[in-house]
Amino acid sequence: MAGLVYFSSSSGNTARFVQALGLPAARIPIREAEPMPAPTAPYVLICPTYADGTGAGAVPKQVIRFLNDPARRALIRGVIGGGNRNFGPTYALSARIIAEKCRVPVLATFELAGTETDIARIRDGLTLFWREPCLTP
Amino acid sequence: MRDMVTGAARAINWNRLEDEKDLEVWNRLTVNFWLPEKVPLSNDVQSWATLRPAERELTIRVFTGLTMLDTIQSSVGAPALMADAITPHEEAVLSNIAFMEAVHARSYSSIFSTLCLTPEVDDAFRWSEENPHLQQKARLILQEYAAGADPLKRKIASVFLESFMFYSGFYLPMYWSSRAKLTNTADLIRLIIRDEAVHGYYVGYKFQRGLERVSEAERAALKDFAFSLMFDLYEVESRYTEQLYDGIGLTEDVKAFLHYNANKALQNLGYEALFPPAACEVNPAILAALSPDSENHDFFSGSGSSYVIGKTVATQDEDWDF
Repeated sequence: MAGLVYFSSSSGNTARFVQALGLPAARIPIREAEPMPAPTAPYVLICPTYADGTGAGAVPKQVIRFLNDPARRALIRGVIGGGNRNFGPTYALSARIIAEKCRVPVLATFELAGTETDIARIRDGLTLFWREPCLTP
Repeated sequence: MRDMVTGAARAINWNRLEDEKDLEVWNRLTVNFWLPEKVPLSNDVQSWATLRPAERELTIRVFTGLTMLDTIQSSVGAPALMADAITPHEEAVLSNIAFMEAVHARSYSSIFSTLCLTPEVDDAFRWSEENPHLQQKARLILQEYAAGADPLKRKIASVFLESFMFYSGFYLPMYWSSRAKLTNTADLIRLIIRDEAVHGYYVGYKFQRGLERVSEAERAALKDFAFSLMFDLYEVESRYTEQLYDGIGLTEDVKAFLHYNANKALQNLGYEALFPPAACEVNPAILAALSPDSENHDFFSGSGSSYVIGKTVATQDEDWDF
């Protein structure tokens, strides 16, 4: 079954967003010692941004480690970006970088832990997104 | 900083972290360091001349109000938080925050000396000391920073100052920028906004760590306190906004921006939104001015005709050198 994979640092914004979505999701661990999720079906990645003013460091190290595995990378179908518009041009930058590298679309972006509107919009969007590939096998 | 048990003075060791967030935020803040001299404010001289006198007076007053908040945060807020720090690294991060707030306060004076006449500026500083709403804003925050106040309440006040109270002011340079006016000044303000976002995030994060150490009853009391302080601040912020912006008919637009930022400030503390989505519909031109060049093709809100299913393409491992 298709699913969600996400990363959230200890501040927990993305984790709160995923919890509010209420869809099954596997968390990429904060600590290196903990095991990585091993998806066996296509998934959408939800990733926050930690860029500095130059844009460096946007994609969290643990997410890079997760995507560095070709088997895990092969199943990504889209990316949803968390961020804060107050960071100007680097808002949700990690999603754009991952989308570019994996040749998948940025499905949506949200700020911090998302708003009620974001959660409804993204939940509906994901439902449609997963339904579509079935029509074009 | 002293050892809590032995009282011995402690040297900070950045190779022994108790909280990795301290180093992450230290690195972020130090890379983001800037000074107002790096922004070519003088390129706004001609644009400034196109503003009507009332618009100029409004802009100077708004910047004076922002200067006051930065001054409080630099000289009272961040040092007060430093005394509550749990780790020596947290103290060091707060010393950076205190200094950057002084840079922010200083940069408004750079704008003034580049664009304005001395008597106009002196009038605005006098206005800031006499304006009851601005003074009330300062009082509400300063009473939470006072000696003997609860360290977690202090963090709430600090997050509200950094993530909410600045925004009645930040609105105006974003508005001018969306109309292609004072665009260099807007660049400088965006640097301040970027810093404030890290400060609000960090202090909010430390607040959430602090909450883990207190009882369920205390957690409930702190949440009540946070929402009640937000109501009080919103009340005065609304009156301040009306007084400033009624004259150019922007009050309702600014208020939507206030609601949106109040919700974000609460999220920094780990709390849910206060204002409903309908009250937070910020003018898209303001959002675009806030994060220029960050727009992407948001798939879910795109039109049906452009609906394309992503296909993965085999990537080489060397692509993954971020």
